[in-house]
Amino acid sequence: MPTIYVDKEELFEYLGNQFNTEAFRELCFEFGIELEEDTSEKGELAEGERAQLKIDIPANRYDLLCIEGLTRALGVFLGRDSIKHYHVTPTSNPHRITVAKECSQIRPLIVGAILRNVQLDAARYKSFIDLQDKLNQNLGHQRKLVSIGTHDLDTVQGPFTYEAVKPEDLKFVPLSQTEEMDGHRIMEFYGKDSKIKHFLHIIEDSPVYPVVYDANRTVMSLPPLINSDHSKISLDTKNIFIEITATDMTKVNMVLNILVTMFSQHCKEPFTVEPVEVVYPDGKSFVYPDFETKTITTSASYLNGIVGIDKSNSEIVELLHKMSLEAKIEQDSIVVTLPLTRPDMLQECDIAEDLAIAFGYNRIPRVQNNEATVGAPLPINKLTDIVRREMAMASWTEVLTLSLCAHDDIFKFLRREDKGDEVVVLSNPETQENQICRSLLLPGLLKTVRENKRYPVPIKVFEVSDVVNKDPSTERGVRNRRHACALYASDEARFEIIQGLLDTVMESLGFTHCNKQQDRGYYLEEADVPMYLPGRSAKVMLNENGNTVELGTIGIVHPEVLFNYELKMPISTFEINIEPFL
Amino acid sequence: MSEELKLNILSKLDSDGTIEDTSATFKGVSEEAVLGALKSLESQEKVKYKTLTTEIWTLEAEGKDQLESGSYEVRIFNAVPAGSDGITISELEAKFGKVAKLGQGKCLANKWLKKDGDKLVRTVESVTDKVQADLATVNSTSTHPSKDTLKDLKRRKLIKVTKLLSYSVSKGANFSTTLKKQATDLTMEMLQSGSWKTEEFKKFNFDSLGINPSGGHLHPLLKVREEFRQVFFETGFEEMDTSNFVESSFWNFDALFVPQQHAARDLQDTFFLKDPKLVKSLPDFWERVKNVHENGGYGSIGYRYPWSEEESKRLVLRTHTTAISSQMLHKLAQHPYRPAKYFSIDRVYRNEAVDATHLAEFHQVEGVIADKNMSLGSLIAFLDMFFKKMGMSNLRFKPTYNPYTEPSMEIFSYHEGLGKWLEIGNSGMFRPEMLRSLGLEDGVKVAGFGLSLERPTMFKYDISNIRELLGHKVDLGMIATTPACRLDKKMGQEALQKA
Repeated sequence: MPTIYVDKEELFEYLGNQFNTEAFRELCFEFGIELEEDTSEKGELAEGERAQLKIDIPANRYDLLCIEGLTRALGVFLGRDSIKHYHVTPTSNPHRITVAKECSQIRPLIVGAILRNVQLDAARYKSFIDLQDKLNQNLGHQRKLVSIGTHDLDTVQGPFTYEAVKPEDLKFVPLSQTEEMDGHRIMEFYGKDSKIKHFLHIIEDSPVYPVVYDANRTVMSLPPLINSDHSKISLDTKNIFIEITATDMTKVNMVLNILVTMFSQHCKEPFTVEPVEVVYPDGKSFVYPDFETKTITTSASYLNGIVGIDKSNSEIVELLHKMSLEAKIEQDSIVVTLPLTRPDMLQECDIAEDLAIAFGYNRIPRVQNNEATVGAPLPINKLTDIVRREMAMASWTEVLTLSLCAHDDIFKFLRREDKGDEVVVLSNPETQENQICRSLLLPGLLKTVRENKRYPVPIKVFEVSDVVNKDPSTERGVRNRRHACALYASDEARFEIIQGLLDTVMESLGFTHCNKQQDRGYYLEEADVPMYLPGRSAKVMLNENGNTVELGTIGIVHPEVLFNYELKMPISTFEINIEPFL
Repeated sequence: MSEELKLNILSKLDSDGTIEDTSATFKGVSEEAVLGALKSLESQEKVKYKTLTTEIWTLEAEGKDQLESGSYEVRIFNAVPAGSDGITISELEAKFGKVAKLGQGKCLANKWLKKDGDKLVRTVESVTDKVQADLATVNSTSTHPSKDTLKDLKRRKLIKVTKLLSYSVSKGANFSTTLKKQATDLTMEMLQSGSWKTEEFKKFNFDSLGINPSGGHLHPLLKVREEFRQVFFETGFEEMDTSNFVESSFWNFDALFVPQQHAARDLQDTFFLKDPKLVKSLPDFWERVKNVHENGGYGSIGYRYPWSEEESKRLVLRTHTTAISSQMLHKLAQHPYRPAKYFSIDRVYRNEAVDATHLAEFHQVEGVIADKNMSLGSLIAFLDMFFKKMGMSNLRFKPTYNPYTEPSMEIFSYHEGLGKWLEIGNSGMFRPEMLRSLGLEDGVKVAGFGLSLERPTMFKYDISNIRELLGHKVDLGMIATTPACRLDKKMGQEALQKA
């Protein structure tokens, strides 16, 4: 969720000085944004420092990412301001950007617009830069999809070209630098820049880099990395040339429209934008910004039904107006014009949410739904609870360990070999602890004992949880399995104690100890399980009417395994799959 | 022996009424023996006693030396000849060693001697040895009338104190001169012989703890899960099968109408799989999903970007159980419409930095209600009822954004103890782009809500670090001592803050 800082005094003044911090916090809550902090509440402000409000904005509300947009939306919501309309200045001969065919190799799209006679001051300048950062980050997906370049139009000469050239063939002085650099030097130089280094990968491996030139072959920007120092904007800039490059047409239009609708507020003729024409190699040309408005047709019955209120057409139109949505009634329908500032609205459910906000979420009448449905537990969870309770009643303590672990936990430390058919491997773990999904519960239990050495022996713990196994027979190639694992750690291994617990659990599930030949029951079959001490190691087998299933293993943990887990006391354990009891 | 001492005490009390000081009456009997006898008699209420403390002062080795040969300062004074010639300090030190240093300091402090260059000369003609006299008093009487003197001598490590405990004794409520053995417990033998009728039982100490039954214990997080499950069952929810930690991006994101460039699908937010890497195939309705992302439909203009099948096939560790809810809704859509309620409580994964409140895995509680009459109003009414069963009766709702629900509401509860609103969950109405692609007919509305299981558990049980709740760093003692989970009662911080 993006966070913005706005000047408290400026905002409160705009809202008619009717709010204090607490009342504004409530307004935010109602409107669906969140006042995180008022910097003047934290303590004394420094000399000359102005109080800032730190506000969390929902990720879809690009129109609220700067003070210009926030005041506009809240002003209309509170009935203090009118809904703004935005215009493209009629221009017979607009500035033009011609796109070279090489751009399609790396970053094919560009749009542009011009803000004329802008009055900037330090605060507005900062707001403009901050908004570009936010848009580059969110909608632009860290500049990958979209990145913005803004220039002082009076320092450059149209018509402009958007080209893709070899790194060694471009030369310019980047923003706030003095050294002239080529493409290779730029990569080297900004590889050390804490901010820009994160964007280098977008073009680094391309044979050609995207560049915006003016008519005099002056480099204006190297998207998506850096603008040139030559065309930079200052507080004295009057006319702003905006170029935005992209790989995604929908998003680049959103970004351009947000940027110009927000900042045309500071033009001499507010809310007007001068268009820029873009000509592609195939001869097709487009004029930006695209201010063609869309409408959504909905109805009172739909909207009332979603929100749970009963409002007439005209009441709904009035409520939507609070959200800066202009709607008109056409017979049984309500036709809503989507503002240029709200590209997040895709269909009528989006209108319904705004209606609910305008009405007030907390004023919606509460109506109980009386549709009867039948509750039911999942069989495997019911079975799990039986096993958990049996173990706890038998004086074992339940633990709940992590399902991600290190590769060594399952293999090397347990003296087991990875044959490649058992565990699921993650591609992007942050730590060694998250390399794989566990296929056994035992490592988690051993680690729990290791972390609880301060307690007197015996330590008796168990867990009944899911493990994850590869399984080529499934769609995903993977499946969970519900395992039960228990261990007994004390001065002596005492196989018979952990076996006693297994007997109890089996009996509770209706299976008594039997010999191999019997029809129903369970038995142990000596087996060489590497994680157990030879000779104290067996498979747990289930016999059910002639069908034999291997449930898991039981044994005394191999001393090398104990050593690997930094354990000094003998441990006996069993781990079984309980799904056959379903 | 101890019986004899007890009888002696009783007969002494019988004849004298009280014993003023056991150390005088029972000379030569050890303190411990006397105390043992008195405790035993007191437990039978035959006697009452009070503890007396006597200080016994004795001389240390240096004290004994100074009693015999005079204090160091007097010895030094005497070694200085009368008159102005005096004696050099080095001469004194050669003669007296350590004593010279200690003695001359005291002499100077007492103004008996003064320094004259490297010499010491007398300033008075004669001195009396008070220290020696005091030591004599302590030696003969084991104490001294002046407390300050005792303190001073002790400071100079000339004397030491030992504390002698003795007792004054009087008759108790059950005083008699005879002893009867008291029983400590009711035994089978007493029942058989009938002796329990005449047996005298030893007084019981009700202030001591019982013996720990050393039974087993359930994990606190799962105790809370049990309570949540009960509430779901009470309100008619069916439990979903969530036994798939690994999910395709299709079910985890695309089917929920989360666009493929959404930040949640970045490597730094979601765990992707290396082996296996891709799901084998997509469900048969995948083109509906592709189409609604690319071109819209069902009344939506869609996201209008090129949708990638390959991206959709990438396997992930599910980031929410909504990945399962969507599969349940898809199944529900295969049959004629009926209202349905589903829930699950299971693990989900986020590729996040681990800290006191975040782990790479945690448990999500999720509920889904499919109903043609569902509205925000009925969702709010349901959540009111649901959370009331957990002792949270004051709720309010904040508009929020989720990519797959619209309208969306964050759920807040007012916490009286902390005096503020706490976010307890998230909720909303699933978007038609998602529901219709899953095959649900137009007009079927589906509400969903979710919260983490760890957060209320940490709150209810006053656990501040999630690593001490989930995972191997748990304290087994904590598991054994956490109370039962009763969500409708004040627990942990709530109960504390309320008091």
